Amino acid sequence: MKEFAYVRAGSVEEATSAYAAHPGARYLGGGTNLVDLMKLGVERPAALVDVTRLPLDAVEELPDGGLRIGAMVRNSDLAAHPLVRDRYPALSQAVLAGASGQLRNAATTGGNLLQRTRCPYFQDLSKPCNKREPGSGCGARDGVHRDHAVLGHSAHCIATHPSDMAVALAALDGRVELYGPEGARSVAAADFHRLPGDRPEQDTEIRPGELVTGVVLPGSTAGLPSAYRKARDRASYAFALASVAAVLRVSDGVVGGVGLAFGALAHRPWRARRAEEALLGAAPTAAAFEHAVDLELSAARPLRDNAYKVPLARGIALDVLSRLADAALTRRTS
Amino acid sequence: MTGSVGAPAERREGREKVSGTARYAAEFHYPGRAQAWPVPAAVARGRVTGVDTAAALAVPGVLAVLTHENAPRLAEPDDPTLAVLQDPRVPHRGWFVALVVGETLEAARAGAAAVRVDYAAEEHDVTLTASHPGVYVPEDANGGYPAVREQGDPDGAFGSSAARVDVAYRVPPLHNHPMEPHTSTARWEDGRLIVHTSSQGTGAVQGVLAGLFGVPEDRVVVTAEHVGGGFGSKGTPRTDVVLAAMAARQTGRPVTVALPRRYLPAVVGHRAPTLHRLRLGADTDGRLTSLVHEVTTHTSRIKEFVEQAAVPARVMYASPHSRTEHRVAALDVPSPSWMRAPGEAPGMYALESAMDELATELGMDPVELRVRNEPDVEPDSGKPFSSRHLVECLREGARRFGWAGRDPRPGSRRDGPLLLGTGVAAATYPVMVWPATATARALPDGTFLVRVNATDIGTGARTVLAQVGADALDAPLERVRIEVGSTELPSAPLAGGSSGTASWGWAVHEACTRLARRLAEHTGPLPQQGLDVRADTRGSADAESDWARHAFGAHFAEVAVDSVTGEVRVGRLLGVYAAGRILNARTARSQFVGGMTMGLGMALTEGSTMDAAFGDFTESDLASYHVPVHADVDGIEAHWLDEDDPRLNPMGSKGIGEIGIVGTAAAIGNAVHHATGIRFRELPLTPDRVLTGLLDSRTANDARTGPAASGSGPMRGV
Repeated sequence: MKEFAYVRAGSVEEATSAYAAHPGARYLGGGTNLVDLMKLGVERPAALVDVTRLPLDAVEELPDGGLRIGAMVRNSDLAAHPLVRDRYPALSQAVLAGASGQLRNAATTGGNLLQRTRCPYFQDLSKPCNKREPGSGCGARDGVHRDHAVLGHSAHCIATHPSDMAVALAALDGRVELYGPEGARSVAAADFHRLPGDRPEQDTEIRPGELVTGVVLPGSTAGLPSAYRKARDRASYAFALASVAAVLRVSDGVVGGVGLAFGALAHRPWRARRAEEALLGAAPTAAAFEHAVDLELSAARPLRDNAYKVPLARGIALDVLSRLADAALTRRTS
Repeated sequence: MTGSVGAPAERREGREKVSGTARYAAEFHYPGRAQAWPVPAAVARGRVTGVDTAAALAVPGVLAVLTHENAPRLAEPDDPTLAVLQDPRVPHRGWFVALVVGETLEAARAGAAAVRVDYAAEEHDVTLTASHPGVYVPEDANGGYPAVREQGDPDGAFGSSAARVDVAYRVPPLHNHPMEPHTSTARWEDGRLIVHTSSQGTGAVQGVLAGLFGVPEDRVVVTAEHVGGGFGSKGTPRTDVVLAAMAARQTGRPVTVALPRRYLPAVVGHRAPTLHRLRLGADTDGRLTSLVHEVTTHTSRIKEFVEQAAVPARVMYASPHSRTEHRVAALDVPSPSWMRAPGEAPGMYALESAMDELATELGMDPVELRVRNEPDVEPDSGKPFSSRHLVECLREGARRFGWAGRDPRPGSRRDGPLLLGTGVAAATYPVMVWPATATARALPDGTFLVRVNATDIGTGARTVLAQVGADALDAPLERVRIEVGSTELPSAPLAGGSSGTASWGWAVHEACTRLARRLAEHTGPLPQQGLDVRADTRGSADAESDWARHAFGAHFAEVAVDSVTGEVRVGRLLGVYAAGRILNARTARSQFVGGMTMGLGMALTEGSTMDAAFGDFTESDLASYHVPVHADVDGIEAHWLDEDDPRLNPMGSKGIGEIGIVGTAAAIGNAVHHATGIRFRELPLTPDRVLTGLLDSRTANDARTGPAASGSGPMRGV
């Protein structure tokens, strides 16, 4: 391991100035991904700015009924939080569907968003990877890519984003709060991660030196029926083959609001805007869901060995949407 | 008899293990101990043309870089995979081309990253197909079994059979991945080599190291007191111990080599992929008329290892005509080796799946089909079985599982989107036993000390051997101390081939029985140093037996296949075994359940992909190579019959370490067929494969009946 400086920050300002003072620094949260990548030589930071002691470890209620989740809230605490479970079940379910109990105890909300792809070519320094080493090529495109993207991939990169949590945040209209040299700002969770295009090395819209300080969930999706479903090779501790998060509001017998996002299909959580548009104002029927999901997935461009992801994503999306529709109708009549 | 044998005695080292005080091979913290990190080859075939070590040597804390140019010369090993850093040849990707020794693990790793290796790469070929032009029929398969056996006219008989099954299966490469990666700490002291290693048998390590380094065996000491699993991959020495000894010699320091997890798939052996073709012919009563099992597998360029997957077909069923054949292609792949139930695990997956297909073809219950084909003698050798209770295992399993009344029609049970099914498969594993030596000592304080170079790789061997000794001595278990895991102890064979307890136990039993006799004759107090008896089972344990000796078992599985995702979850896995006398009910259950869990992985989650472009296995860590987790199965039950077989060894035991994996994958696969009506013939049954199969089947149904019958889209009408 390359030697690196270590700084423990006591405040957000301290963290960002330490980052600025150490070119090549990385923020350290739970370390469940960053430290692994350092061992592999994929990440070679000159300094680690430990942000785990920052006072960002609370889940706060907001006046509109939403929640602000501090970036240092551990995944286990996030998933178990009564307000999260009550208002945003999809988020709690998504977090619990990820990793293992031990990893969730260590991993932070901010770190979860910033984890890197698990593409095996990205992790292996002896192989080409445009994300790890721009311009070196992509080993996965003609290689082993059963787990890779079917939507939004580019000639340069076919990696997927591994987070479950981020998929739920995208569907629930969450926002990612950032603080950096130019001050505080926030970005829609659905737009926080990027598509690879010709810059696959850039996973997110984060700017140099910016720190994730928290995630805000809006009142508009609080308390609505929402759910997360993940398909995977084994029942625990496996990344998604495909996943879906959805939230649904039904009013006067039609879809009044819907958030739908897919995981493991793309370089970012895939917010299904076309499907959502097709559903707004429609009756929440199986036929309407099929039409909308098919519309969304018509953009899929599967690779040699991952065409299964399209019907898999379709199936779990239809399942989740129909369950939410049932829940919404039950709620109205009860 | 004090009745220790059979009791569920607790593991003697349990407290040390759970409290972290049990010392493993990497935990011998000698003063000045250095750490080493290997450098794997980054090409699949070729030659090293240059190694630039300057940058590595400049890393603070790096002590030395060993390459083929400067490493100590070794005598030529019998196992070519141990000839590390001896020449510039790269036989496969991941082969070690350098070793960096550092003051710390971190320094060694940083040094390894800084080594620059240049290669003359050559075209490589790592893709196995049944029609590969390089495929040949070897003389022997692993274990010394003849590659081909034929009786009668199998092709002719198959052609004229009333019922026929002609099917192909594929089992992917699989990895042993023991919890403790291969690790050794070595030091040289006055011309003696002292090694702590993670091995299934230190005797073999001692012999190999003595040969490689040209020192007498009595100047090599090897210990393996605690070993975190092996599953076959530590049966003989691996490169870690050779590299540690080389680096210790080169640097004059104690050196630890702990292989990183990601390097294991390339250098510690793997279960080779197997392509199976099964042809089963039967008469209308279900009696086999012809049985043909042909297996094609791969090996490396430097070592011929042929997974003996067609061998169990020589044991299982009566058939007047049969052929079993192994074929192999040498490719630019890592060398395959033993993995839990080599031969039986993949071979019985294929055979027992084909038997299920034959049962379907015949409209016969799969339990009854097996019962009907029970042989009178071992089909291949004609020898009588020392004991064979397969039918009893099937019947008892069926009773416990609730098999009676099963609706045989595939796809007949569902619970919402879940398709439910049950399946059965038989299991077998040969009885193996090797000569061993042991000593037993009676001490004046009334305690006993039993010494034998057994290796406890987590199975509970030391506990079971103490039980065997206690009964032979007619002494309470707590009075019997036992020492295992060192070449300083009386020599004994490895923990492998499910032979350990039989081999070591035989010698322990003999030593303790004779000691008991001597004590009975002894008058007066014991001498201070105690009374010692030594036993050597050469001549008895390795005597040719007139009997065919095998353990048998039956596996039953219940699965739920999610028709939306193709995910398969196992609700219940049940095994019944006839494996001679069970010596420790607690540790035996662990072995059976562990084997079944590994079989569950083989069926559903474990698979390794050879990357054709780069020539290595893609899944190289435990996040991507999916061993099963608790959530993958709701319940596992292991049961056994009381089997009394006097033709085995003094304890009456058969090996139990491997049979648990043998029929599990087929039972699960057969249950998936029962649930879905679709026969999947390639493992593992991951959602991508199962969902694709479900969709294809729906499309085919739609084409037959019109889409209206099964809904408007491909996700309907499961």
